[in-house]
Amino acid sequence: MSLLEVRELEKHFPVKSGVLFDRTVGHVKAVDGVSFEIEEGETLGLVGESGSGKSTTGYCILRLLEPSAGSVKFMDRELTTMGREEIRKVRREMQIVFQDPYSSLDPRMTVGNIVGEPLQVHGIGSSRGRRSRVRELLDVVGFNPGFVNRYPHEFSGGQRQRIGIARALALNPRLIVCDEPVSALDVSIQAQILNLLKDLQRDFGLTYLFIAHDLAVVRAMSDRIAVMNRGKLVEIGPAEQVYTNPQDDYTKALLSAVPVPDPRKMQERKTQRRKLRHALAEA
Amino acid sequence: MALLEVRDLQTHFFTREGVVKAVDGVSFTLEKGKTLGIVGESGCGKSVTALSIMGLIPKPPAKIVGGEVLFEGRDLTKLSERQLEDVRGKEIAMIFQDPMTSLNPTLKIGTQITEVIRRHYGVGKDEARKRAVGLLDEVHIPNAAGRLDDYPHRFSGGMRQRVMIAIALSCNPKLLIADEPTTALDVTVQAQVLDLLDELRHSHDMSMIIITHDMGVVAEAADDIIVMYAGQFVEQATTLDLFDHPEHPYTEALLGALPQIEGEGIREGRLTAIPGRPPDLIDPPVACRFGPRCPYANRKDSCTTTMPELREIRPGHLVRSAHPTSERAEVREEVPV
Repeated sequence: MSLLEVRELEKHFPVKSGVLFDRTVGHVKAVDGVSFEIEEGETLGLVGESGSGKSTTGYCILRLLEPSAGSVKFMDRELTTMGREEIRKVRREMQIVFQDPYSSLDPRMTVGNIVGEPLQVHGIGSSRGRRSRVRELLDVVGFNPGFVNRYPHEFSGGQRQRIGIARALALNPRLIVCDEPVSALDVSIQAQILNLLKDLQRDFGLTYLFIAHDLAVVRAMSDRIAVMNRGKLVEIGPAEQVYTNPQDDYTKALLSAVPVPDPRKMQERKTQRRKLRHALAEA
Repeated sequence: MALLEVRDLQTHFFTREGVVKAVDGVSFTLEKGKTLGIVGESGCGKSVTALSIMGLIPKPPAKIVGGEVLFEGRDLTKLSERQLEDVRGKEIAMIFQDPMTSLNPTLKIGTQITEVIRRHYGVGKDEARKRAVGLLDEVHIPNAAGRLDDYPHRFSGGMRQRVMIAIALSCNPKLLIADEPTTALDVTVQAQVLDLLDELRHSHDMSMIIITHDMGVVAEAADDIIVMYAGQFVEQATTLDLFDHPEHPYTEALLGALPQIEGEGIREGRLTAIPGRPPDLIDPPVACRFGPRCPYANRKDSCTTTMPELREIRPGHLVRSAHPTSERAEVREEVPV
């Protein structure tokens, strides 16, 4: 049994029009029949360009957005039909790390409160126990526990992302959805955070759904990779296979467009791209 | 004579917290027809360098406190705002990172293109419009004549950047400065825009400066590369030499920190992260600015007390470090990838 099983997931947003009364004139199929599963301890990378529906897929799994149709099974329990209280309990096991460490942390809360809040919400431990757990969590993510009483604005992007990760870890989840966790960070800091996520996965046996637009970042993190385009999964398979032997034309186009730090390879790609552009134009 | 020569440029920001030395003694030469890439992480001063060349830095708080920007022998820092206006757009044009905000949303794009043509060439409306259609054609916007009367919101991000490029090209500038031209775009669109820039620089016989944080982008687009760190140039070389034999520990670390797309053991391995973060530019270390993060700097080294000079380690390859790769005595033990 897989830890997470997504079947024919759909999320349609209504498009409204009208002056006084909104009429629904159509639907945007942000997620349009997506299916995949994730095994315990593995990382599934979800790549795609902006608007491909990759983040929406992540939100629908956690039910931060209500899916329009389809099924999401987590630890063999159907999430899409669960009531509020039930889903709240399940969320102890599944957490999210957001893209922008500048806007995802409440600026009026101290670091300690941000990380400890999930524990408090779920009524775990005494207040003293929670405090020591918070320090422990900060230590795990490489953030100086001496700074628990400071505020997020005092820290850089990389440090803030560590706070976000500590918060996600607070409840000992099994699945973490990482939604573009490093795209707001500089390369040198990005490497620090990716390494941290790798270490945490190894130490705590975490399962990741790793959503990102950067193909190299996804490659570094994932066992298997799913490629999304216009709400649909166009390809899914072992990371190595998808990148070295892509089957779908869109995946090929995406891979040939990635800039790599190698001037000779870039020249090759330029030629490759010209061919593909013709191929896609004709298709 | 070089097209552009920047000598010891210093741009400082005078803020309440202190003087931020955003650009601190930058010098380089750009020959005609070449593309120069300036790479570095956020806050390293790459954009401020570009804005200083264009005379577009916000004054106050910023001020060019020293150095010269010689464009075809003329020092741009000495020109009046009036004189600069004749240079900007006509001789040197610039495109910016965010095509969503650099076009005026309340004006048709035709108006925004013809504005520049009429300002610099003094031609009539109809003539300017005709030229605008030609420009949109040139940047491969389909149905150019029909789209002149559209507002920017009708264009996608990639198309807007094409419009920006058309505006930049409208007066046949000798130099195009592109500040993170593809950062806001998806990879497939980014590739198209880079291909377009490459095509245009040949057809228009332009020199280019591409500013980016992305090593892959300069690997593709630049002839020469300058790596910036904390307001200074730390390394300068031809593109092939820089990627084949990076000398500065920072360049080396930056390349090592990039996740690879091909190869063995990528999933299992760790990335070589650079510990710490760049120094505060209000009070930067007097010694090597990369020193605190440098894996090769020892406490006894001269570079912990004095700033290493930018020196030519081999013809055409400049580096500011006491520990360039080719001078290191012993090779550092292999870090597992």
